[in-house]
Amino acid sequence: MDSKNNLIDLLPYGPEFRFVDLIHSVSESEIVGEFTFRKSLSFYQHHFLQNPVTPGVILVECMAQIGLVCLGIYLTQQNTETRGNIALSNANIDFLHPVLLGEKVTVRAAKVYFRFGKLKCNVSMENETGLRVCAGTLEGVAIPNKTKIHTSKI
Amino acid sequence: MTTEQIYAKLLPIIQAYLPTDVDPDSVNPDKDLTNELNINSAHLVDVVLDVEDQFDIEFANEDMENLRTVNDAIEIIRKKTTS
Repeated sequence: MDSKNNLIDLLPYGPEFRFVDLIHSVSESEIVGEFTFRKSLSFYQHHFLQNPVTPGVILVECMAQIGLVCLGIYLTQQNTETRGNIALSNANIDFLHPVLLGEKVTVRAAKVYFRFGKLKCNVSMENETGLRVCAGTLEGVAIPNKTKIHTSKI
Repeated sequence: MTTEQIYAKLLPIIQAYLPTDVDPDSVNPDKDLTNELNINSAHLVDVVLDVEDQFDIEFANEDMENLRTVNDAIEIIRKKTTS
């Protein structure tokens, strides 16, 4: 069984697009992980000019990498066909407060269901002061490993 | 429950997950859910979960594999609600 630490090693992202530093805990029903938005991340130079704020889409990506993909890898670890390949299929997120560069966030995701290859989670992100910065639901579908995501019909 | 009664309860569930470019009035029992009504695989799961709640039944993996058309759904529901 995969430990919480090597879940990150199984992620399919390159270093500039991996928004997970650490998984605190994972179970069949929920996962908790963290990420620090390093000042060196390239988008801060452009979003916004002279006013760096973490883009909302990147907050969604961070929650999806922890709440859907890491949890999805954990839940599909017995299935070599689909293991690790979760394609985002729906996001419904409220953005409550900005996340500035250098901030460390904690993402919690609770499984609503994982059936017929589809994972739905309630997700939330908190900053270091415990303030909830965004929350909502994310859904993804497990797809076969050999499928190239950009050519598959999900 | 008759086929007509099942279809009457099933139709609004399917219509809720149609893409915006598919006319809700175009649904009929012969339509293929994914190929003709363009319901994607993620929303097909939503349809099945809503059907489970509405009819108080449970779909197995093999039911999902046999589910292609609206008629397939009606047949699966009919079998499960009469057994």
